[in-house]
Amino acid sequence: MSEEPLFDPSLKKRKKKTVAFSEDPLGAEADPTTPAPATIDDTTTNGEAVDMGPKTAHELMKGNEGAEDDFKAMFGDLKKKKKKKDIPMDLPEDASGTSTPVAAPAAGDDLDFSDLKKKKKGGKKKAALDMEAFEKELNQSKVKGDEEEEVPDGKHLEEVDENELGDDPFARGEGGAASLDVGSEPWLGSDRDYTYAELLHRFYGQLHAANPALLTSTGKRYTIAPPQVAREGNKKTIFANVSDICKRMHRPPEHVIQFMFAEMGTTGSVDGSGRLVIKGRFQQKQIEHVLRRYIVEYVTCKTCKSPDTLLTKENRIFFMSCESCGSRRSVNPIKTGFQAQVGKRSKNKTG
Amino acid sequence: MSVQNLNTFDPFADEGDPLGATQDVGSQQNYIHIRIQQRNGRKTLTTLQGLPKEYDAKKLLKAFKKEFACNGTLVDDEEAGKVIQLQGDQRLKISNFLVEEGISKATIKVHGF
Repeated sequence: MSEEPLFDPSLKKRKKKTVAFSEDPLGAEADPTTPAPATIDDTTTNGEAVDMGPKTAHELMKGNEGAEDDFKAMFGDLKKKKKKKDIPMDLPEDASGTSTPVAAPAAGDDLDFSDLKKKKKGGKKKAALDMEAFEKELNQSKVKGDEEEEVPDGKHLEEVDENELGDDPFARGEGGAASLDVGSEPWLGSDRDYTYAELLHRFYGQLHAANPALLTSTGKRYTIAPPQVAREGNKKTIFANVSDICKRMHRPPEHVIQFMFAEMGTTGSVDGSGRLVIKGRFQQKQIEHVLRRYIVEYVTCKTCKSPDTLLTKENRIFFMSCESCGSRRSVNPIKTGFQAQVGKRSKNKTG
Repeated sequence: MSVQNLNTFDPFADEGDPLGATQDVGSQQNYIHIRIQQRNGRKTLTTLQGLPKEYDAKKLLKAFKKEFACNGTLVDDEEAGKVIQLQGDQRLKISNFLVEEGISKATIKVHGF
């Protein structure tokens, strides 16, 4: 009766665990609509965008002078995307078009999109404030700009390759659009550069917004149902959910029981329904204390504190191998030690 | 003049002979175990096992009895050697006593609930 409700939560927890582990790698590859990889990629492109802000500004200028119409025609779909976010900026729009032509043939949507962001961050302020200065420099920067663009494009291509292994470019675009709408970055209104702390904050904000599962899973703790202890008669204690706890710890009940008896200096037996009958009077907290020591000694990994360990026996020596960090070490054998003569000597056959 | 790096150094010099001890291989021979056993009612018994040879168990028992105000006895066990047995739960007191006398706390293992 009482075993089942206690056992169920642990089952659920285990299920959750496996889901959480499998979700990330699977989601990145199989499901393009998963938000998590999208935002992560997005932030990496942001990192790129930080360096390339001024460069795009150069490009912006170029764009204004030169072939506006051609690019408007070419990147009509691009403009639709932009208009969602910031309509008033006509200059950058065209500029982003101009900056792409080198990159466009190589890596279509991804590159366009990263340029979108450049436009939003770098383009907005620079275009407004330093317009004239840029026009002066334009002739020099034309040459430079072309050269400089080669470098970021190389980076972009690498990035695109990496990303295309993992996920769909469209997913990336969607995620980026969503994150751009945040719009609360403190650097947007001013001319200054972003600080590392701000970008880091932004990254974590987006990461947790995209997959809230990360927030809850980090606080996961190793929990075990408290032992259910009842008194049988005057001199015996019943430990009811010993099998559940052993399952939870992934340890054979014999091993746990042997340890408990050795540690508490008593004996006992397992009754028909899987309960442990201990000789002597014990309270719940005493048994819990013993179990705690068992977990420290035989369940948690000494190296990484993870409870995902396996206990194997080789040549009469128990070895504990950790599932998460791979460490392997021998554990102390359970020894009963000296048992003093308790009770009547006449009952003891050997003594 | 002696070059320190060229000296031969036995890393196990201070370990002693691991097989020289009377106990079998693989057991933790250096630990002092303090255990508790339940008797009838709320009475308990504390046992101290694995006392190093350099300590006189008889004198230690006398000191324990005086310090903790309890009775006790010295039991000769085939496996465990000399075991000090005290009335009542004296585990923490024994542990503190031994630490104050200069025994490293790492070698003392307190068992029980």
